[in-house]
Amino acid sequence: MRALLSISVLALLLTGCGSQPPAPEQQPAIVEGRVPSAIQTQPVTPVEIKSGEAFDPMSMAALKDPRSQLSKRNVLFDYDSYIVKDEYQALLAAHGKFLAANSRMKMLIQGNADDRGSREHNLALGQKRADAVKKSLTLLGASDDQIESVSLGEEKSACSEATEACWAQNRRSDILYTGEF
Amino acid sequence: MRFNGFATRNMTRMAAAWLAGGLLFGAGFAGIASAQLTVEITGAGANRLPVMVADFSGERIVAQALASVIRADLDRSGLFLLIDPAGTLPLPESAAPDYGNIKSRGADTIVGATVAPTADGREGRYETRVRLLDAVKQSSIGTQAYVHTGTQLRATAHRIADFVYEKLTGEPGVFSTRIAYVVKSTGRYELQIADADGSNSQAALASREPIISPAWSPDGGKIAYVSFEAKKPVVYVHDLASGRRHVAANFKGSNSAPAWSPDGKRLAVVLTKDGSSQLYIVNADGSGVSRASNSPGIDTEPRWSPDGSFIYFTSDRGGSPQIYRVAIDGGTTASAAERISFEGSYNVTPRPSPDGKSLAFITRTNGRFQLALMDLASKQTQILTDSSKDESPSFAPNGRMILYATEINGRGVLAAVSSDGRVKQKLSIQAADVREPAWGPLVK
Repeated sequence: MRALLSISVLALLLTGCGSQPPAPEQQPAIVEGRVPSAIQTQPVTPVEIKSGEAFDPMSMAALKDPRSQLSKRNVLFDYDSYIVKDEYQALLAAHGKFLAANSRMKMLIQGNADDRGSREHNLALGQKRADAVKKSLTLLGASDDQIESVSLGEEKSACSEATEACWAQNRRSDILYTGEF
Repeated sequence: MRFNGFATRNMTRMAAAWLAGGLLFGAGFAGIASAQLTVEITGAGANRLPVMVADFSGERIVAQALASVIRADLDRSGLFLLIDPAGTLPLPESAAPDYGNIKSRGADTIVGATVAPTADGREGRYETRVRLLDAVKQSSIGTQAYVHTGTQLRATAHRIADFVYEKLTGEPGVFSTRIAYVVKSTGRYELQIADADGSNSQAALASREPIISPAWSPDGGKIAYVSFEAKKPVVYVHDLASGRRHVAANFKGSNSAPAWSPDGKRLAVVLTKDGSSQLYIVNADGSGVSRASNSPGIDTEPRWSPDGSFIYFTSDRGGSPQIYRVAIDGGTTASAAERISFEGSYNVTPRPSPDGKSLAFITRTNGRFQLALMDLASKQTQILTDSSKDESPSFAPNGRMILYATEINGRGVLAAVSSDGRVKQKLSIQAADVREPAWGPLVK
């Protein structure tokens, strides 16, 4: 099970990082062998790396690494609410730290709204959701000129059914980094 | 068959518009663009004027084409009861009308015309002489002559229908005007321009990203709109004849909701460059931005009053979205905002009527979004529709009809309703979503 997991993580890494420069090769652990002993013939299996150890959390690769908070880019909001919920604090803290550490990196935050009512008013509501995320990030270390908050209103809904579950998915802000917009 | 000339001409123009628009072009669009708006009349006025459009005499094919478009125009307006001319004689200029026969069929007014090749003898050019007669008083109401080619039949017919409409109602007709709307089909958005009867549709812009909020310049030559092609909303001004467009507002943040000043020199827009969505005024070329509202919440959907003295807009400043207005003097705000809507918790998208006396807007009641009309002096409000997802109302330039977007069976359609709520039309395109209508100005 553990091996399977490791392989699938590796597979994800490989597919996810197709366009990234290759990571430095891992050196196998040095075998301390003063006393001759049975030769290790076991093949080298990928080591499962504890989160945060094997990659630089401030690197570009981390933006797409599924183990990194930085790969999480959606912030959902409650009905008629423009307040970032507590459950997103850790996620936004990671993005705020990343922006602070990578001052040349820019971010586009796209706010969204469900499709009930006026398109232009919904555009303004989406803007409030994008602005709320931007404000959290600037409080967490990002600088104002790194982030542009914009709205897509009801135009790019993730879901188009007239159900509460669907509307909830459209009350959303999406985070994009340089190169993604 | 006789409109073949139209089809080829439009294809060429359409292709030119796309190339100039510079976004997307491909064979796929030809199919979409040819899908025409069909108009279905779903309600008519209470007291319709009985009118007979006699068969026109002269050049037969041209005469028939003109008369049938004029009849369809007058019928669609909902103000006229079309009396079938079968069995009556055409009414060439020289002929004395058989008033007794016409009156006995119930017509109070008769339209007659003669179509003849022009005197200069040039191929394919016609002179159509129209006369409008009062069958009750047995007298002439007016005459008008039109010189046109064989490829301008629909346009000529709309002009004649406008003449008849104005003579009989005292208001300008809008049959020669154009409408703009957005058609969404799988992953494609087109800003289309069509005649007011839905025919002759052409794509002014095609994009993979959404296009919203089209607004006609007062001279009818340009359209301002919001395009999301840059992954954010940006306001463009698009010249329809040349296909050239320029950015009118692309500040940091969102740029949306363009509205032309009545003189066509400025645009009211909504920007978020200084924080929340607020009203600003820019010159139509994109220069000289100045802030026009100042509230902690959302101010959006500006619309100038026809005399240019007010901007109506939607604001959340009182806790729920409501309609307000501010006085405008020389491009700057000259008063504190005055609240206009009070009933209910959601009143948005204000559109002042061409005479400035009433306001169309969208109101929410029991979860339904409906088109409403308020008399600005008395504040009396009437809900004009029985649908539940109405959006984006737009007055006909004579104020008689209001075009709006709504949904039928989950599909976006356009609908029009008269300002008294009686005349109703539905405009739809098969297998596509139609939304964001904007009725163009009167043709000079």
